[in-house]
Amino acid sequence: MSILPLQLRNVSLRADGRVLLDDLSLDVEAGPKTVILGPNGSGKSLLLRLCHGLIPPFGGTIRWRGDDAAMARRKQAMVFQDPVMLRRSVAANIAYALRLAGVDRGTREIRIDDMLARTGLTDLRKRPATVLSGGEQQRLALARAWALEPEVLFLDEPTASLDPGATGAVETVIEDMHRGGCKIVMTTHDLGQARRLADEIIFLHKGGVAERAPADDFFERPASDTARAFLEGRLMW
Amino acid sequence: MSDLGSAFALALHLVIGFDPELGEIVARSLVVSLSAVAIAAVIGFPLGGVVAVYRFPGRRAAIILLNALMGLPPVFVGLMLYVLLSRAGPLGALGLLFSPTAMVIAQAVLITPIIAALSHRVLRDLYQEYREQLCSLGAAPKDIVATLLWDARLSLVTVFMAGFGRASAEVGAVLIVGGNIAHVTRVMTTTIALETSKGNLALALALGLILVLVAIGVNALAAILGSATGPKGGQVSWRHGRGGR
Repeated sequence: MSILPLQLRNVSLRADGRVLLDDLSLDVEAGPKTVILGPNGSGKSLLLRLCHGLIPPFGGTIRWRGDDAAMARRKQAMVFQDPVMLRRSVAANIAYALRLAGVDRGTREIRIDDMLARTGLTDLRKRPATVLSGGEQQRLALARAWALEPEVLFLDEPTASLDPGATGAVETVIEDMHRGGCKIVMTTHDLGQARRLADEIIFLHKGGVAERAPADDFFERPASDTARAFLEGRLMW
Repeated sequence: MSDLGSAFALALHLVIGFDPELGEIVARSLVVSLSAVAIAAVIGFPLGGVVAVYRFPGRRAAIILLNALMGLPPVFVGLMLYVLLSRAGPLGALGLLFSPTAMVIAQAVLITPIIAALSHRVLRDLYQEYREQLCSLGAAPKDIVATLLWDARLSLVTVFMAGFGRASAEVGAVLIVGGNIAHVTRVMTTTIALETSKGNLALALALGLILVLVAIGVNALAAILGSATGPKGGQVSWRHGRGGR
């Protein structure tokens, strides 16, 4: 059974008296690649972490369909801006995630081979993961997430530290995963990337959803003044 | 001056000639200190990991205590163990006083907080880097401790070396609980203290030289391991944030 849609109701988040997300309600449905845009400090990364369960909300509710927290956990994965590489080989990084997910040894080997092939890392499988280049590391992080066969993948600015070539490779993997049926929810501050990847845009501003629209509409006819200002580079905060 | 010169000459002669008494003392020193560090590591590594990962009431106090215990005075540890192990003491029936076992216990007591506190620092830093990813993968705290211990293995070898360096150089505790009995509990440091007070500078110097060599060797090994771990991992200070790939 699907864990989508994900429902956020009146979610808020505070730290040291500062309101970071305020009374935010949102449904995340299966299907389109959702890109979360917004200026720095608008709460993009926090929103992803809330959805993924890495931080608890201050107020409000976050519910996956089915209300089975353990199953929801198993069916999602996340890729971070700075890929976290375990001090092990490339293959062992994927094996680690599969072992935690309770995948048996035989299946692990098959999936590792498959994922390394799909992300172009087969030749590097025995290399220590920490000596890979930034782009290779991010591809490995994607391979590790993909191996878990998630229904939802969260990506937090996955290409922010990468050059255009590496960015393209990462985007290709994201498209492939989406074609395989995985829901994509990602943040970026790269508008070009948002235009290339997004099916729909959630535009955050000052801790709330300022606009949500299909990607074409958002870029061609932004409904709000803040979104227009953001797209024109005039929105400072 | 010539006394000193001849003492040096004799010391070198003892070292190069593999003097059997000298060899026995060196071997015992290594066995006692390595046993103590092994025990301290078995307790200290997981303890450091638990304090780094688990959140429990009194955690901050535990960290402060661990750090404070790093400076535990050896003579005090020796005295307390002496009281515990002496014939009239609560553990007197074990008959351990003035035995190598008592020396191992004394050094283990001294070294365990050092190993635990140093490994806590190493594992805490690595945990900072790993935390979100491991939580995302659904790792339970006990999985996280095991993962950190394995992934920081090379840094932990350095911690082990530091513990060994401290153990092998220590004299106060082993002197009190070991008693410096010839052919039984005499180790390098206690022999140096005894022979110096007897005026037998040659043997003391020979042992001193070996002790220094052991210390240099251990530090060199730690440095080599430290640099070897740089790009491959284990060294936790190596990469933070975006830089340094």
